[in-house]
This record gives sequence, C-alpha cells and structure tokens, in this order.
Amino acid sequence: MTALGTIDSANLNGGQKLAVKYFSVALILFGAQVVFGLLAGLQYLIPDFLYEVLDFSINRMVHINAMVVWMLFGFIGSVYWLLEDESGIPIVGLKLGNIVFWIFTLAVAAVVAVYLLVQIGPGEHSTLWLITEGREYIEAPRWADIGIVVCLLVFFFNVAATFAKGKWTGIGGVLTLDLIALFGIYMAGMFYTTNISVDQYWWWWVIHLWVEATWEVLVGGLMAYGLMTVLGARRKIVETWLYIEVALMFGSGILGLGHHYFWIGTPEYWLSIGGFFSALEPVPLVAMVVHAVFDSGVHKMRSSNHPAMGWLIAHAFGNFFGAGVWGFMHTLPQINLYTHGTQWSASHGHLAFFGAYATINIAFFYIAVQKWRGNVWMSGGLIGGWKWKWSMVLLNLGMVGMTMGLLVAGYEQSQIERAIEGSSWAGYFAAQSHPWFQQGMFWRMVFGGMFAAGYALLVLDLLTIGKRETRPAQRPSADG
Amino acid sequence: MTTDPWWASETFWRKTAIWVTAGSFVVLVFLTFDSMSQITAGTRRVPAYSAINHRIEYRFDEQRHVQTPVIGAEEPLFGKKLTEQEAEALVEKGKLTIQAKNCMSCHTLLGNGAYYAPDLTKAWLDPFWGSREVREELMVAFIKDPSDKLHNGLGRRMPRLGVTDEEAHAIVAFLKWMSTIDTNGFPYNFKPLDQEG
Repeated sequence: MTALGTIDSANLNGGQKLAVKYFSVALILFGAQVVFGLLAGLQYLIPDFLYEVLDFSINRMVHINAMVVWMLFGFIGSVYWLLEDESGIPIVGLKLGNIVFWIFTLAVAAVVAVYLLVQIGPGEHSTLWLITEGREYIEAPRWADIGIVVCLLVFFFNVAATFAKGKWTGIGGVLTLDLIALFGIYMAGMFYTTNISVDQYWWWWVIHLWVEATWEVLVGGLMAYGLMTVLGARRKIVETWLYIEVALMFGSGILGLGHHYFWIGTPEYWLSIGGFFSALEPVPLVAMVVHAVFDSGVHKMRSSNHPAMGWLIAHAFGNFFGAGVWGFMHTLPQINLYTHGTQWSASHGHLAFFGAYATINIAFFYIAVQKWRGNVWMSGGLIGGWKWKWSMVLLNLGMVGMTMGLLVAGYEQSQIERAIEGSSWAGYFAAQSHPWFQQGMFWRMVFGGMFAAGYALLVLDLLTIGKRETRPAQRPSADG
Repeated sequence: MTTDPWWASETFWRKTAIWVTAGSFVVLVFLTFDSMSQITAGTRRVPAYSAINHRIEYRFDEQRHVQTPVIGAEEPLFGKKLTEQEAEALVEKGKLTIQAKNCMSCHTLLGNGAYYAPDLTKAWLDPFWGSREVREELMVAFIKDPSDKLHNGLGRRMPRLGVTDEEAHAIVAFLKWMSTIDTNGFPYNFKPLDQEG
C-alpha cells in the first residue's frame, strides 16, 4: 500500500480501474469540445477564418460530437465506478469490458480523424457508411453506429450480469433498465430515408429520448449514488427520490418528445401533446434540486469531498435552469414558432448540456481522483483548494455568460428575422448583421475564453488535488 | 420501526415509475403509428415526390390561420416532367448529397440543424432568387460554386463542397419537394418569391 496522496491503482477495485480510463478519455474529449467550440464561435466574428480549411460545419460537428461522446464516456465510467460498490461483487466479464474500452476509444479517434481530414464525400450511400451520416449530433458514419451499439451492449452485459449475480439495489435496477433504452433508442437513428419528415421523426427519438429521458434518468441514478458517497445520505431516502424522479421524468419526457414534432410535417395534435407534456418537464428537475439541497442541509454540508459536492449541487441547479427553465421558455408552440431554429436553441443547448451532464461527470471525476489517491482528505482546508473553486467559478460563469450572449442573439433573431422580416433569407441576414446579434456573439466569445480557462484549471486541479495530502478522508456524517 | 405513509413509500413510487413509463411509451408507440401514416410521402401533409412537376405556392389558410403549401399548375423542374419513380430517384440523390456534404452543420432543414446559415425549408420559394425564370439555374450554379457569388453584407460565405452538376440538380429537386411539406405554418409570416410574373 502506497502512502496517502499518491496515485495508485491498487486503491481501486476492478470496475474503478476501468472507470478512470473512461474518465481520462472523457476529459480529453471535453478539451476537444472546448477547442472546436472556440473555433466555430470565432467564425461568427471573423467569417473568413479557416474558410475551406476547417469550415464552420466541421468545427461545429466536432464540437457537438466530442460533447456527446465525452458525456457518454463519463456516464459509462461513472457506472463502472459504482458497479462493484452497489452489487457487492467483482464485475462479471470485466476483461471484455476492458477490451471494449480500447475498441471504443480507437473507433472514436478514427471517426474524428475522418471528420477532420476527409470531411465530406459524394452524395452516395458509401459516404454515409464510411465518412459521415450528415445528421446533426449523430453524424458518425454507419460503421461507427454499429460499433457504438456493440460497445453499449457489452457495457449493458457487464452491468446486468454483475447486478444479477451480486445484489440488486434500487439504483442498480433503474440503471439496468435505463441502459436497455440507451442502446435500443440509438438504433432508431440508424437507417436512411429520403423522406425528411420521417427522417426527423426518428432522429428525434434518438436525440430527445436520449438527452431528455434516458440520460436524465441515468444521471438521477448517479446523483443518488453521489449523495450517498459524498454526504452519507441514507439509501432508502435517495432511492425513493430516484423512483419519484423516474416517474416524473419519463411521465413528462417521453411524450414531451412532441415539442420536436411541431414543424416537421407531423400532425397538428403534436402541438397540444408536445406543448402540454414538455411544459411538465421541469417538474422532476425541481424535485432534484429540492432533494439535493434538502439532503445537504440535513447533513449540514459536511461532505467527504467538497469539490464533488459542489459539482453535484451545480448539477441540480444547472439541470433545473438549463434544461428546465431555458427549455420551458421556448417550448410552447406559440413561442416556438418564432424561436425554432434560432440562437435560442443554442443558448438552451449550452446551459442544459453543461448544467445537466458536464457537472455530474466532473463530480464523478473528483470522486474518482479522491479514491485513486488512497481516499485522501478532500473537505475543508485543502492544499491548493483555490484551484477547484476557481475552475468551478470560471466554468460556471463562462457558461452563464455564453448562454446570455446567445440568448440576446436569439431574442433579436426571433424578433427581427422571424416576426418582422418574415423568415426570408434577407431577413435572416438582416438579423445576423444587427449589432445586437453581433454583440451577443462577441460576448459569447469572451465568456467562451473564460470557460476555456476554467477547463485548463480543472485539468490541472484533477491532476494535482490531494497530492502530498496526508489526512485520510473525512467520513460523511450519519443521517440526521 | 415506523411505517411510512403511502406517499412516502419506496414501493409505491417504484410501481408508479414503472406504470407511468410503460403507459407513456405505449401512448407514444400508438401515436407513432398514426404519425407515420400521415407523413408517408404521397399524403396530404407530405406530398409525393412527383410534386416537383408542379408549381409550389405558400398561401394563407383562412381556417387554420397559418400559411400552407399549395401544389399548383404543372411546372416541371428543369422543364422535364418526371414519373413518380424518376422523381423519387432524383430527390433521393438530393437528400443523400445533403447528408454527405453535411449541410445541416450550417443550415437548418425544417428548422433543425445549425444556425450559421439560413433555413432551407422554403429555400425553393425564397425571394433571394429574384424570379421564377432564373431560379433553377441560379440555384444549381450557387450550389456548385458559392465562393464567388453574392451572399450577404457579413462576409460569411458558403464553401465549395465539390458538388457535381448531377448532385446540384438533385439538391434543387430535394429543396423543391421539401417546400411542399405542411409544417403547420413554419416558417411564420414568410413572403415567398413572386411566381406570377
């Protein structure tokens, strides 16, 4: 046994050793997301920047694909992290899980290399199979789609078989069922059709039902584990909350899918169904905030891992504001008619993905690094504790600033391009060249820089936090 | 040991979660079947691909209070009337090219995609093209090499994407067909190109 404060994989169980590999790749891809986001953002201000070298379309594609994959890697890592703790036994088929990690990572690298070097292809099916599928968020070529499903199946096998052999917990049951949905729904996006309405109908099954349903439930499970680990919350309480959240999340989110079916050719009844159910979507997010804040209060904020606790709270609020409030603001069809396809969506997308998913992954990075260094002290009075605090401030403030810049641009667009100019191309460019839009984009860039600084500090902190620390972790208090 | 009231019991919420999820999913599956039957190509909401043989208009519907596409008199694309199969093959080529060139990473189609370039839902009807007579050829020429064409006052330009002549014609066919889809009034308040002159 090495000394406290030294990184040593002997401190981790089998699943956790695999988890830190997933976390490492996730953190690198997070960096790629930031870099390509900065490039794409800059192209709004300097249109000829990298013209016909790395066009906006490529930068934007890598920006959002890196995001999807790093979040997915973070989730997979987090589930591997808690799997042995929850089930009480070593992971079944861990070797296969390890092999799949390397295949998955190499496949991601290959896809990104093709995105950057080949970029586009002729209008044939072979392009869709080998280069890009050209559908937002799921641009990955078909061969990679199949690979992703196979990898998720192995991941599912590890999880289901381990819980089945060990013991089932509430968190385990929810996660296992949720993973079936995770790979099942992905397959809805794996076919070609000429009919753009049918195309987008199924495309939303993947995008919405992943992001606004299965991912939300997955992070609900992670949050439950996080609160037990960091705060020492009681299982019965977090699991009851988890079931409430699942009921509210799926109850509103599954039919909330309808808010994407307002304008794509689908029947008019979706205006009512989508409007009604998506208006309910913030409700489970309120429940999560209440739950997290109440539990923290009960435990008098005495946590075994302050950075992780901070990010769990950031998750609760970020999810509520980003997904809940920002989503609700433009979800009713009466307003969405003007905001659909403007920077409103970008504003919502930034705050929601960060608030709901980046935050909880970062919390798990901190949970992991604490144990990796031998379950070292990470509560008050940390050596170099300014780093996690400042990176948290920079990342959150940077994100809120970007969100606001994009929101101003979005307001201006829906007013000038849509309401006044009548959605023509001339109207589009009238809005794009308006000073309010340009200012919004300028400030987005400034806060993007702040966010990037926060990211750099986060990486530095994750590499150094707990180093030379000699105190063992503070035990979370028992339930009040 | 104290007994929890029913509303705080784990079992109650577990059962609720399962029933609510299953119930919502069943409703979604049912609605999906119904939606599919209404958006198959060749229906009122999503017309057949051979609609590209006709003039497409976008008129205000007094009853629904939104603009809807209207398929008008015969006006074949590129002056050549196509059979249903030929039209479908051409539109398919256009859609494949739109995916292969990653158009949605800058543009939106039916409002979905990226926001760096204009929405293409009504590209066929946009006043940008000036007049009905020159529209088709201007569109083909623009798609093949946009780099030296008029765009906007911003300096934002579409890159050359290596689109062949055949692919460019097919993209125009796809865009014309897409403009026939009934999108419940999106984009709102759109003023189409004057096609009478």
